[in-house]
Amino acid sequence: MEEQLFKDYEGKLTKKIIEEVKAEVKEQGLTKDQTKKVLEYLKEEYDTAKISPGEAIGILTAESFGEPGTQMTLNVFHFAGVAEVSVTQGLPRLIEILDARKEISTPSMEIYLKKGVSKDMAEVKRVAALIKETKLNEIATEFSIDLTKLQVEVQLNQHRLKDLKLKPDQVAEALNANMKGVKASVNGEKIIIKTKAEENELMETYKIKEKSKEVFIKGVKGITQVLPVKNNEEYVIITAGSNLKDVIEIEEVDETRTTTNSLFEVLKVFGVEAARQNIIREAQRVIEDQGLDVDIRHIMFIADAMTTSGTIKGITRSGITGEKKSVLARASFETPLKHLINASIIGEEDDLNSVIENVMLNQPVPLGTGLPELVTRGKKETAKEGKK
Amino acid sequence: MAANDYKFKEVDKIIFGMISPQEVEKSSAVKVVTAELYDKEGYPVDGGLMDIRLGVIDPGLRCKTCGSKLKECIGHFGHIEVARPVVHVSYAGKVYEILKATCRECNRILVDEETASKYRTLHGRFKKERNFEYLRKLAKLAIGKAKLAKKCPHCNAKQITIKVEKPTTFMEGDKRISPIEVRARLAKIQEKDLELLGFDPVQARPEWMILTLLPIPPVTMRPSITLETGERSEDDLTHKLGDIVRINQRLFENINAGAPEIIVEDLWDLLQYHVTTYFDNTIAQVPPARHRSGQALKTLTERIKSKEGRFRHNLAGKRVNFAARTVISPDPKIEFNEVGIPQSVAMELTVPEKVTEWNKEWLLSLVKNGPKEYPGANYVIAPDGKKRKITKETQEQLLLEIKEGYIVERQLHDGDIALFNRQPSLHRMSIMCHKIKVLPGRSFRLNPSVCNPYNADFDGDEMNLHIPQTEEARAEAEILMQVQTQIMSPKNGYNVIGCVEDSVTGNYLLSKKLTISREDAVELLTSMGIFDAKFDKEMVKGSELFSRLFPEDFFFYGTAKQKDEAGVETFLTIKKGKIISGYIDDSSIGENNGELIREFYRKYGQDRTLVLLGNLFKLGIKVLAKYGFTTSIADTDIPEEAIEKIDELIANAYKDVDALVKEYEAGRLEELPGKTRRETLEVKSLEILNKIRNKVGNLAAQYADENTPTIIMARSGAKGNILNFTQMSACVGQQALGGQRIQRGYKNRTLSLFKQGDLGPIAHGFVRSSFKKGLTPVEFFFHAMTGRDALMDTALRTPKSGYLYRRLANALQDLKIEYDGTVRNARKGIVQFKYGDDGIDVSKSEGGKISVKKAIIDVVGQ
Repeated sequence: MEEQLFKDYEGKLTKKIIEEVKAEVKEQGLTKDQTKKVLEYLKEEYDTAKISPGEAIGILTAESFGEPGTQMTLNVFHFAGVAEVSVTQGLPRLIEILDARKEISTPSMEIYLKKGVSKDMAEVKRVAALIKETKLNEIATEFSIDLTKLQVEVQLNQHRLKDLKLKPDQVAEALNANMKGVKASVNGEKIIIKTKAEENELMETYKIKEKSKEVFIKGVKGITQVLPVKNNEEYVIITAGSNLKDVIEIEEVDETRTTTNSLFEVLKVFGVEAARQNIIREAQRVIEDQGLDVDIRHIMFIADAMTTSGTIKGITRSGITGEKKSVLARASFETPLKHLINASIIGEEDDLNSVIENVMLNQPVPLGTGLPELVTRGKKETAKEGKK
Repeated sequence: MAANDYKFKEVDKIIFGMISPQEVEKSSAVKVVTAELYDKEGYPVDGGLMDIRLGVIDPGLRCKTCGSKLKECIGHFGHIEVARPVVHVSYAGKVYEILKATCRECNRILVDEETASKYRTLHGRFKKERNFEYLRKLAKLAIGKAKLAKKCPHCNAKQITIKVEKPTTFMEGDKRISPIEVRARLAKIQEKDLELLGFDPVQARPEWMILTLLPIPPVTMRPSITLETGERSEDDLTHKLGDIVRINQRLFENINAGAPEIIVEDLWDLLQYHVTTYFDNTIAQVPPARHRSGQALKTLTERIKSKEGRFRHNLAGKRVNFAARTVISPDPKIEFNEVGIPQSVAMELTVPEKVTEWNKEWLLSLVKNGPKEYPGANYVIAPDGKKRKITKETQEQLLLEIKEGYIVERQLHDGDIALFNRQPSLHRMSIMCHKIKVLPGRSFRLNPSVCNPYNADFDGDEMNLHIPQTEEARAEAEILMQVQTQIMSPKNGYNVIGCVEDSVTGNYLLSKKLTISREDAVELLTSMGIFDAKFDKEMVKGSELFSRLFPEDFFFYGTAKQKDEAGVETFLTIKKGKIISGYIDDSSIGENNGELIREFYRKYGQDRTLVLLGNLFKLGIKVLAKYGFTTSIADTDIPEEAIEKIDELIANAYKDVDALVKEYEAGRLEELPGKTRRETLEVKSLEILNKIRNKVGNLAAQYADENTPTIIMARSGAKGNILNFTQMSACVGQQALGGQRIQRGYKNRTLSLFKQGDLGPIAHGFVRSSFKKGLTPVEFFFHAMTGRDALMDTALRTPKSGYLYRRLANALQDLKIEYDGTVRNARKGIVQFKYGDDGIDVSKSEGGKISVKKAIIDVVGQ
């Protein structure tokens, strides 16, 4: 019976409110009559709180973001916890998110592990070591060139090898796989790298020596730092560098909770809906870290505007603004001449549907009180035809 | 024109295109043939650049083309015939593309017929949909493909690679193709191919990109200015056009005289240079044309581009009449939604008022006063649209003439509607509607409580005032923009307007500490306009007064913890309009966090909230005015005992840091994960030294006299906090730069008076002294370092965040809520199906939420 009452209000009130009322009714033991009154009262309140048609919500959002921007710090780095992993924060990070930069300045991941392993420090450390990218010069003690044989000899650091559970022949294998034009072999504790080319010069060998230092041996590409941090009951691995695709393929990693701050990686791996959520999460984090308060609706709104096209578009002249339909709107933002020239060639038409063109022409803007188009019938020849 | 025959016309759309030589000729009033501007008498030369057929810029003269006077004639275009065609620089890139994409023999597009017809179908479809974005993409595709062809698929002619020598010279192999030839090739391209190349053949033929006739802009857009000496100074454009005409004439003469080809070509190149810089004087490869003084000329492109260009300066930004600007100053005695304006401003700004049967007498009295006596009127507009100034001479005539239907532009008086604004207008509360109050003095007056939305202070800030001139504008301003409509911020749903400073202190004192005589109580209430107050008792508790401000059905439960006089923890509770427990402070009536204000707003709406705020404000300052409130340096005195304890605390902290340093030097300090030993030392010592300030602060607060004004202000939230008090009375604390102790300076030390490698607190920016005691030179220096850093940060941040805001506003300005509740952009594409998933307006709800608990309280009762 009570259920029916709530059902009546579905669609009239948000689900969240109805759920809350249900809980409160149970707790306070309200009668059916009272419940109905409460629901009716809430409906009225909800209706008055609804946003009005014509509201220039875009500008409102821009203002809500622009004004706190003046209060943010410019200090770029902040240390996440007590880690060496530093993350860009404040205004520079917000600009980075809204620009939808492909290369962000400090990529970072939060890797959660599956329930079984996440509480065991030793296990977590093992996985962390597995994830961290290892390059040859990190496990070598010495690089030298044998002048008579024209080959590079690499002395390996046995301790590091043990830590990483690596064997010299595995290192050689990795070298062969990841370095072009060379052949690597094991000779005792040393690794010998030779060029495959027929002719061999000292210069070439020197180049190989320098190149080999940066060769990827083990781990996940791009993850330069790993740091297990205790978060509530379990350990979370925070990284510098990001590679979502490869990390979530590791068995111990809980792919449902692992995140990265790189928008485009999320877009590539999980698609645009996840990317939208990621924009919201990252933007909200920046704003909260700065101790500012901006309603989540504004953040959602920007994320939606950036992702409606199916991919991430930045708030730049090549992004959202550049894709506006109106020539004059584009021209008034940046590079006006380019837009005018191109428009003149293709014979482009501007329908004057948005704001700025109408401001330019001293005409009412199709927003707010400029939106309603009531036409009174005047004399026949003066009657204005309403715009479609 | 009579008022009732206005014809309303609206621009429906704008079609962009190129101008053809035929059109240039047709719209030309003069063919310019001489570079001479004026004859000996200073009269514009016929056929010169200042020919009076091009428009008038001198008072008294009449335009020879249209016969109108100065300001009536908008000017007329002329033209010059260039001796040899020249390339329009802005189109040079496009010309290059087209040359590469078409055959040098048959001028067909270098795409085989099969692909071309495929493209053509697509083109037809996009054209029909008027999808210019896709049309452009299609053209890019077609051109990209055509460029690669080595041989013409239509006539099999071999193609020679074309290169461009920037900006306007085209080379085919090693041979230069003259603009004449380029033009000939472009002219031969068929319409069906042009479409694929991204042209609309009706609006733009490619050969028009090579100029044969150059339009001369009217003189009205390049007026000359007469200097004090009587000498004329010409506009940059006129200078440039003069160069073009001069070279053009010389080229003509040389060609006619049969001069050698080299000379002709040199002149031709020179003409090309001048025409290029006439269009754009900022091209990288071309040296900019300069004045004799060496300053670069500002030609056509520079007039359009950038912030000061036509688009952003003149088209997107408009100038208005009926506006005023002056310095602002505070006036706590005026209402929140009032603005005080000087009489001199009131006499200058006017409101048009239509004469009717009912206001005729009043308006006539204003006209009688004239413009020089307040309140008066400045202009009279007759029904035929004629506007006349009221002067001594016209006054009598006007007084007789005025009847119903006339419009009198009367001076401002109290209660008129005005828009008040302070730049930068970062949010919508930066322009609000106030009611005029004419006051003596020369500055605008506003209530200090509305400083927050404007972000204004009174250190010399200026603000702008606008007077709406139509009934519609006034109605809109009053309903949508008045101060009370803007109490709640759309940013987060908190109140941007609340009580500030003295008014908070006053309410705090009254509700918490004061017990006053009956007479005083009545006087306080009277100051708010409550005249029927009655008290039975001789002495009245301050908190009882508030029951006269809140309605009887007002319930409020504060969530901020408070400590009452006895030191017991309570919350502000109001039942049936009476304060039951707690007291009023910043967290209930202040800006941004005033819970009580928000609750009141939710229940009783904007108008009653404004009244409440006004009353609380008046009450607060009246209390302070009556009982006195001041602050002195003695407020920050703390007892000897406290000082000793603080000394001990700091000495201990020093010891702790020293111990850390010793541990570090001995190599025993354990590293934090991911940090070196040195970094660990820094983190740990910073932690100790930061903590010490809190400890000292707690101690100082403990010993502080709760009844001193400084502490009262801090506790009530009116101004300052306990940290400020600590810094004044006990210890300023550690100075941090970029999240670290101060590290900069000399090698291994911050200042030369320290020993190298000194890791102690004093050498790294710990300020032990208090502000009252005074800082040592070293402390002062470190303190100045962090101060400078903060200053730099603000200075660098402002332009960055300003640009971010501009980009956001530009990208999002077209998005609006449609009647169906969806959010859409200018092309009607859906961005959100329901705004914020629930359609709630942040400024119409409490922090974007609807509270079920509060609803139940409202419905069911307590």
